[in-house]
Amino acid sequence: MSSSGVPPIAPRELGLDERFGRLEIGFWLLAVAAFFALPGYLVLASQVLIAGLFALSLDLILGYAGIVSLGHAAFFGVGAYVAGLLSVRGHGEALSGLLAAAAAAGAVGFCTSFLIVGGHGLTRLMVTLAVGLSLHEAANQASSITGGSDGLSGMETSDLFGLFAFDMLGKTAYLYVLAVCFASFLLVRRAVHSPFGLSLRGIRENERRMHAIGAPVRRRLIEVYTLAAALAGVAGALSAQTTEFVGIEALGFDRSAGALVMLVLGGAGRAYGAFVGSCLFMLLQTIFADIHPAYWQFWMGCAVMLIAFFARGGILGYASAVFERLAIVRRGRAAPRPGT
Amino acid sequence: MTASEGRVEPGHGRNVPGSVASGAAQPALRAVGLSKSFGAFRANDGVDLSLPGGARHALIGPNGAGKTTLVNLLTGRLAPSAGDVFLDGERVTSLPEHARVARGMTRTFQINALFDGLSVFESLLLAVCQRRGQGASWWRRLSRLDAEHRDVWSLLDRLRLSADAALLTRHLPYGKRRLLEIGLALATGPSILLLDEPASGIPAAESRDMFEVIAALPRSVTLLFIEHDMGLVFRFAERISVLVAGRVLCEGTPDEISKDARVREVYLGGAVP
Amino acid sequence: MASFFGIVFDGVAYGSLLFLISIGLSVTMGLMNIVNLAHGAFAMFGGYLSVWLGARGVPFLATLPVCFVALGLAGAACERLFYQRLRRRSQLDQVLFTIGFTFAAVAAATFVWGPAEQRVDLPAALRGQVQLFGVGLGAYRLFLIALVAVLSAGLVALVEKTTFGARVRAAVDDEHVSAGLGIPVERVFCLTFAFGSGLAGLGGALCIDVLGLEPTFALKYLVYFLLVVSVGGAGSLAGTAVASIVLGLFDVAGKYYVPEVGAFIIYGLMIVLLLVFPAGLYGRRT
Repeated sequence: MSSSGVPPIAPRELGLDERFGRLEIGFWLLAVAAFFALPGYLVLASQVLIAGLFALSLDLILGYAGIVSLGHAAFFGVGAYVAGLLSVRGHGEALSGLLAAAAAAGAVGFCTSFLIVGGHGLTRLMVTLAVGLSLHEAANQASSITGGSDGLSGMETSDLFGLFAFDMLGKTAYLYVLAVCFASFLLVRRAVHSPFGLSLRGIRENERRMHAIGAPVRRRLIEVYTLAAALAGVAGALSAQTTEFVGIEALGFDRSAGALVMLVLGGAGRAYGAFVGSCLFMLLQTIFADIHPAYWQFWMGCAVMLIAFFARGGILGYASAVFERLAIVRRGRAAPRPGT
Repeated sequence: MTASEGRVEPGHGRNVPGSVASGAAQPALRAVGLSKSFGAFRANDGVDLSLPGGARHALIGPNGAGKTTLVNLLTGRLAPSAGDVFLDGERVTSLPEHARVARGMTRTFQINALFDGLSVFESLLLAVCQRRGQGASWWRRLSRLDAEHRDVWSLLDRLRLSADAALLTRHLPYGKRRLLEIGLALATGPSILLLDEPASGIPAAESRDMFEVIAALPRSVTLLFIEHDMGLVFRFAERISVLVAGRVLCEGTPDEISKDARVREVYLGGAVP
Repeated sequence: MASFFGIVFDGVAYGSLLFLISIGLSVTMGLMNIVNLAHGAFAMFGGYLSVWLGARGVPFLATLPVCFVALGLAGAACERLFYQRLRRRSQLDQVLFTIGFTFAAVAAATFVWGPAEQRVDLPAALRGQVQLFGVGLGAYRLFLIALVAVLSAGLVALVEKTTFGARVRAAVDDEHVSAGLGIPVERVFCLTFAFGSGLAGLGGALCIDVLGLEPTFALKYLVYFLLVVSVGGAGSLAGTAVASIVLGLFDVAGKYYVPEVGAFIIYGLMIVLLLVFPAGLYGRRT
């Protein structure tokens, strides 16, 4: 029957197609268009992209590997401070700062991953929280280096490639952030549509069975955790370099929780959900926070409660459920009958 | 089946280090004095087992006899309180579960352990990629893995699940889920396969597919299966071990076992199948 | 050293407070398997209720039972409305829901009472110090320890000697078997959750003078409650008690002797303890 090696069902129908969806292409085109269409909002747009990148890094461990983390901001902070400190000491070159931040955050992620991958459930959750809080406290205490609660100032990001200065309107910054975010997005996408990504989903679906088919689960989790940490570090560095400031809230619980909320809004387990969620989050925040600072937090809390409660199949489910339905419709229409 | 007939072929691309090179073939799977205690409760007590390559060995016993615990000990899911496990002469007692799979021993679960959110194809692809050492590669595209895709399609063929390849696991009917359960184990290219009640829950009318898959397994695969379905046991088994209260009561050919008075008393309830 | 004794005393007082608030969380998690990050919010509302009543002339001690009952009722309502269904959901859904709840709670508190720290009027008898063994001990803290000790004794009696307590213990051990024995598991859950929330509310009111009360209380101290529960082992009274006292002592001692690393002691200790006892000190090992 299939001994000729030609599969009776096309990879597309099997869900293995990684061609860019219309939504994805649309999103990045919009992001480019924003540069021309919204010159006054580029600083905000940069922040949206950076927050999206951070949420994407969280999605790697949450949406794909299934690790709930309440302390992911720790890596964002490490990246931010490393880039910041390099700049303060005279090394303001942006790209090398990014690399250093990624390396540092990845190293911290690697070291702490051993604490995370062994545990389950509440224990694991608590350890992620403890790591986040510890690093936050460390930054607070080491105020001679980090500036403590006042934050790190005195940064100066050198002209990009020696040519493009970081101007007040944030034009250079926006293009820089856009480029890095897009590159990271492509990287994550590639990883997700690879055997590695498939094994992460397997771990999320049934960790027990993963052991039984010979997958070194622990090693995979350490790998993905380290990658996610490095990516979070890149986001942190971008934030530091474009605002030329690092505040202690870079490491705070609010930032970790914020990323979780973005994934709730945009759908976890889908690479672009992070950016969609970030847009929605920032949009809603901008609208609501003007009325009263507490107003935004209140309605955001309620929105999260509603989604968490009513989304059928939970957070990971509701985005998938929609796409399943679309996919079933598509398969029903196309359906080449396999030869018997 | 004598040992010389059932020479074990190593699985795809795997080394079997530490095998004692000698004239006689090593038993494919050997357990020596395997014991497991949970506090004061002795789930397994000094179990000995020796399976030559290509064996068709059944493990029977009343509920709670410790059969699944034994499988967990053999595969490395649980660490034994005492005793050792040998694969082709190599001592694997301290190896974790996934390392034993890499050496050719895979098991299935009595209660399906499937990837509900993945499609049938993706589930098998996952196992195949792992076997071919691709599990960690993040730069290769899933849709371009030609060799792995071919493996999956031939597996789907054997399981008669080709038409359902695109279906999500959670939408599969139970009988097909059970087939996928075995399929996942087969995808790892085992030389030793431990089946934990493969026919469990499948109504007699649908079990034909399952039986044929098991019957079609080549002699290069050594088979140990736990079963309550005596029809299946006496049809496929060439040797039977009876486990009662964590100990091996007796071991022998189906004929010997069905005639053994102790077995009749404890398990078969006096009836001869 | 007089100072050492003072530190131990302070640590035990702090630990007692932690215990009082955390015991509800511990039982909920051990019993219903729900990660309830909103527990801090319950404690916080207990505190604010006490402040609100105090502003209307209700003496502090009288506000305590009111806080207990009010938050108990609120807990029962929440259990029926939300937590009953959350039980069957994934940990992520539970975390998200309860975080959302906490954020909404913090925002509501900020809106109504403002971000400033609240104060309570302690009765004269509880202010100042009491001389004991030649050491001056805070009267309020002494009151705290005594109150929690009495309540703990009552809890132990409730759990060990009453039918209700036996039902709770059975349901913690095995929900399905308990239901099979005819134990009204759903009602046990609701009552237990209500009781735990009530205790949290009471603890929140008692906290005001020791820890201070402002809207971020719900999040700030949530960590400590979760810490106590995960280290002590969810569902265990003894575990929660031991963990609370240990953590209280280490926190106070750490902040006094080595202020630069004060908070690390706690986090570091927790990580170490969790690595050695993944199910908690008294937790059930699966």
